[in-house]
Amino acid sequence: MKSKFSALALAAALLGAASAQAQTEIQWWHSMTAVNGEWVNDLAAQFNASQKEYKVVPTYKGSYDVSFTAAVAAFRAGQAPHILQVFEVGTATMMASKGVSVPVGKVMTDAGYKFDPKAYVPAVAGYYTAPNGQMLSFPFNSSTTVFYINKDAFKAAGLDTSKPPTTWPEVALAAAKLKASGHKCPFTTAWQGWTQLESFSTWHNVELATRSNGLAGWDARLKANSPLHVRHIENLGNMAKSGLFIYKGRANTPEASFVSGECAMITTSSGFYGNVKKNAKFDFAVSTLPYYPDVPGAPQNTVIGGASLWVMSGKKADEYKGVAKFFDFLSSPQIQSESHKRTGYLPITLAAYQLTEKSGFYKQNPGTDTAVNQMIRKVTDKSRGIRLGNYVQIRTIEDEELEQVWNGKKTAKEALDSVVTRGNELLERFQKANKL
Amino acid sequence: MAAEKRVVFRSSWLPWVLLAPQFAVILVFFFWPAAQALVQSLQQSDAFGTSVEWVGLENFRNLWNDSTYIASFWTTAVFSVLVAFFGIALSLLLAVFADRVIKGSGFYRTLLIWPYAVAPAVAGVLWLFMFAPSVGIVSYLLREWGYEWNSLLNSGQAMALIVMAAVWKHLSYNFLFFLAGLQSIPHSLIEAAAIDGAHPWRRFWTIQFPLLSPTTFFLLVINIIYAFFDTFAIVDAATQGGPGKDTAILVYRVYYDGFKALDLGGSAAQSVVLMVIVVALTVLQFRFVEKKVNY
Repeated sequence: MKSKFSALALAAALLGAASAQAQTEIQWWHSMTAVNGEWVNDLAAQFNASQKEYKVVPTYKGSYDVSFTAAVAAFRAGQAPHILQVFEVGTATMMASKGVSVPVGKVMTDAGYKFDPKAYVPAVAGYYTAPNGQMLSFPFNSSTTVFYINKDAFKAAGLDTSKPPTTWPEVALAAAKLKASGHKCPFTTAWQGWTQLESFSTWHNVELATRSNGLAGWDARLKANSPLHVRHIENLGNMAKSGLFIYKGRANTPEASFVSGECAMITTSSGFYGNVKKNAKFDFAVSTLPYYPDVPGAPQNTVIGGASLWVMSGKKADEYKGVAKFFDFLSSPQIQSESHKRTGYLPITLAAYQLTEKSGFYKQNPGTDTAVNQMIRKVTDKSRGIRLGNYVQIRTIEDEELEQVWNGKKTAKEALDSVVTRGNELLERFQKANKL
Repeated sequence: MAAEKRVVFRSSWLPWVLLAPQFAVILVFFFWPAAQALVQSLQQSDAFGTSVEWVGLENFRNLWNDSTYIASFWTTAVFSVLVAFFGIALSLLLAVFADRVIKGSGFYRTLLIWPYAVAPAVAGVLWLFMFAPSVGIVSYLLREWGYEWNSLLNSGQAMALIVMAAVWKHLSYNFLFFLAGLQSIPHSLIEAAAIDGAHPWRRFWTIQFPLLSPTTFFLLVINIIYAFFDTFAIVDAATQGGPGKDTAILVYRVYYDGFKALDLGGSAAQSVVLMVIVVALTVLQFRFVEKKVNY
């Protein structure tokens, strides 16, 4: 009796395993943590519940650079995931590595989906599109640089909370008042290279690099030492000296000092919204990135950041079908709009933007449309985006040189000249190593 | 010395068989990767390794032309001298004290050996938390006492931070060796000196310290190698080489260029340079410092 029973159980288990195997698994490596990590898991669960054929398995593989390195190692060993989330600075590397990924446009049309790149927000889609018009990766969490203020701190300093500073001179004035009211950290910035050099350039319609910031060709070279760049960094350097700008570290480390209430103003990613909304114990507002009002053409548009999903090569045809189905699910206006409301990342299709607007979300949550408004504009060749080889290292060079300005070791001009010379060496080397 | 005892194996193959496992380990875990580094240092490839090109010595030329690379030598020299000096001095001090403790010595020793079980990256994060300019408990106390601590922008403080973390991490290792060394010194020597009226300080300098010299020398070599090779995770967690490149020691750059920037050729060339430096340093130490050692 007993043995019969266990044989039955075994058969049942085998059956169960067989039916589980019939489901094709799609491995998805991502770098989203905390509230955004929950969002990714919810998306996968929602997709898995919506159909039976495929199962998307999201795996957190560490921060963007760590997961990228892991994917490189996995690719070399033939173990790459199907979908890899790659940050925007890795875009050029992915594009230049031939045979590593399959263009998203191809994956979609092969699986029989209509894929219309025009449905996407131009500044977003343009960034991930090859010069031949083929969309290479799926824009997933696209963000841009915005400006957050702590309204409670503004009130305490006697500042008008309904009118956040929009220009850099106004930021300096507000910072001085905040400091006078006893605030220890009036202004800080996260992602200093991205916000203060890269987005700063497109926002003022000034090139950071030649060849349309690298979008038009691999022979782009940096121009980050223009008079306008020098003026801005000098300004921030002076603010640092007088205690109006407090440096809080590289990447997104400074964000914690805004959430804790220590810093009253911060420039960082629009994807920071979910975190602030959930964790900040004060009233806050999102506003446009500050600019210099005397620069002709400013404000233009800010630059894209965040990450996109790349489809890795060497997988089975059926698995690619699953990937296409998942991407189709992700690009539906409802999913897009919900993700946008939840995370602060941009809606990547125009339909999703219109849906969000219709729902009245922007009216109920003032400031949430800031990022969208900064992006949905007619872009120029100087402002379409920035795509450079060896971008990871160039970002680090920007960090290193800017730090020398904040601690007074270098003048703004010296530091930016050094960004250009050191960065250009890397650009030349990238061209050579990738035979471009 | 002349009457050195020699043990001779009768069989001609047995010694080789006995050595084989050790040889195998060294081959697989040292010579094989080292040879790979040599080969890769002459190549350039894209991140995914889909196109590889032989470039001769270009990776080395690039290093030579990079002024920040030359500056890293100085940074590394400062860092490793500080780590070796403080690591050895502090652990010797602790070992001498722990050697004298009679009650509860096991407890103290266990506590002192503990940090060795901590991964370097964790050690870096621990110290970063204590010294983080805005949230660190130590930097808060320092500020209360009127000392402005900001390792994000102050190079000296950033260097101090990684030295502290690196020394703390390796203290247990040094401590163990010193403690063992101290315990192998015959008590009769120290007692005889005590009867002759030598106070503890004098007993230490004239008896214990000279007799510890083989241990100290061994630890000097090991600590220099540790500072050169094993500390990149601490730097990565605590300062990421900043401010500027002021704490970017050579091995951190190997790690950064190889694993973050995915420039394997450039990274391999740097590790070859590092290998040459450490071999040279070790030879120098054996040639000159060892002469002062009494076995």
